[in-house]
Amino acid sequence: MKLYNGGKIITGLVIFLGIFLAPLAYNVGKAAYTQPKLKMPENEKECIESKDFMRTKHMQLLNDWRDFALRDGTRFYVNSKGKQFEMSLQKTCMKCHTNKAEFCDKCHLDASVTPYCWDCHIQPEGLKK
Amino acid sequence: MNHTRRNFLKFAGLTAAGLCVASAGGALAVSGAGSTIKDGEKALKAKRWGMVIDSKKLGTKEAIDVLAKACHSVHNVPNIPGKQNVKWIWADSYEHGFDQPNNYMEESVEKRQFALLCNHCTNAPCVRVCPTQATYKRPDGIVAMDYHRCIGCRYCMAGCPFGARSFNFMEPRLHLDLATLNKEFPTRMRGVVEKCNFCVERLAMGKQPACAEASNGAVVFGDLSDPASEVRKLLREHYTIRRRPALGTEPGVYYII
Repeated sequence: MKLYNGGKIITGLVIFLGIFLAPLAYNVGKAAYTQPKLKMPENEKECIESKDFMRTKHMQLLNDWRDFALRDGTRFYVNSKGKQFEMSLQKTCMKCHTNKAEFCDKCHLDASVTPYCWDCHIQPEGLKK
Repeated sequence: MNHTRRNFLKFAGLTAAGLCVASAGGALAVSGAGSTIKDGEKALKAKRWGMVIDSKKLGTKEAIDVLAKACHSVHNVPNIPGKQNVKWIWADSYEHGFDQPNNYMEESVEKRQFALLCNHCTNAPCVRVCPTQATYKRPDGIVAMDYHRCIGCRYCMAGCPFGARSFNFMEPRLHLDLATLNKEFPTRMRGVVEKCNFCVERLAMGKQPACAEASNGAVVFGDLSDPASEVRKLLREHYTIRRRPALGTEPGVYYII
């Protein structure tokens, strides 16, 4: 069997593999990714739902809350333990999580997601020009 | 077992159905297991919210500006000089606000200023034209907006015959005093339309609208469908008009003349 244009093909493959594997080579020896340390509220130990639920589902929860509060006009949420909360990002969530930069942004930056909440909602730190 | 095509198809069909049911169950369980939602105990409710404004008591620009300031500070409404200003409640003359100005009007009415705002019409044209349902009619008569959905097409502004809607031509935060913002209410962003919301967020907490509260009784807010309510009492006892009734939008804001 003869490989036509073998030189070009093999050079091409080597360049391709080089580029393809460059990120792996670049990260060799670096520490593995760890979840960022969040600044948790000092006065409150329990969030409205379990930590696991909040970590994976807070975006759906906020989506639901927005529709319940605005569309249906029903503004209170009773969690599985029977505790009642007003469905409000600014008046409920951010009353405990008093620092957006130390809480929201930590994971969102790492995960490279840019939610547009704060285009309108006011972060607890306040706004600066 | 007999490996026939029929058996294979039966098995494949059952598996697919099972997967569908399992994933649908997962999608339904979003808002926390065992959680429920409910209204606040103090929330004010009505079948049809409405407003009566006594223009005899509230007839100067200065007096109406007090209400506008109360409203705009509660809702973080910016003050932008020029034509691109955003307003939820404002003052204007009879000629600009109402139909058929009489050539020889009574002087006090001619010179009077009227507090104008969104009328929360029963047949609201803005609700009908909104392509994303960002503007919608609540069952209690309030025409509300969901700014998350607004795409800034401004059909509603073309549809509204009362000029009650303002467009954010620029980032409103550039014209807000950031130190004195109401941190319990959001601002808006560039590219959305906004208007008076009859203070839905205050009604849900059992409070009267900000303008009614600041008006010393010149603005009365209540349930138009309840014959015993204070607004109905005022409507019974005084001569009132609405803005541009011939259009048939059925405004919910009445003016005592």
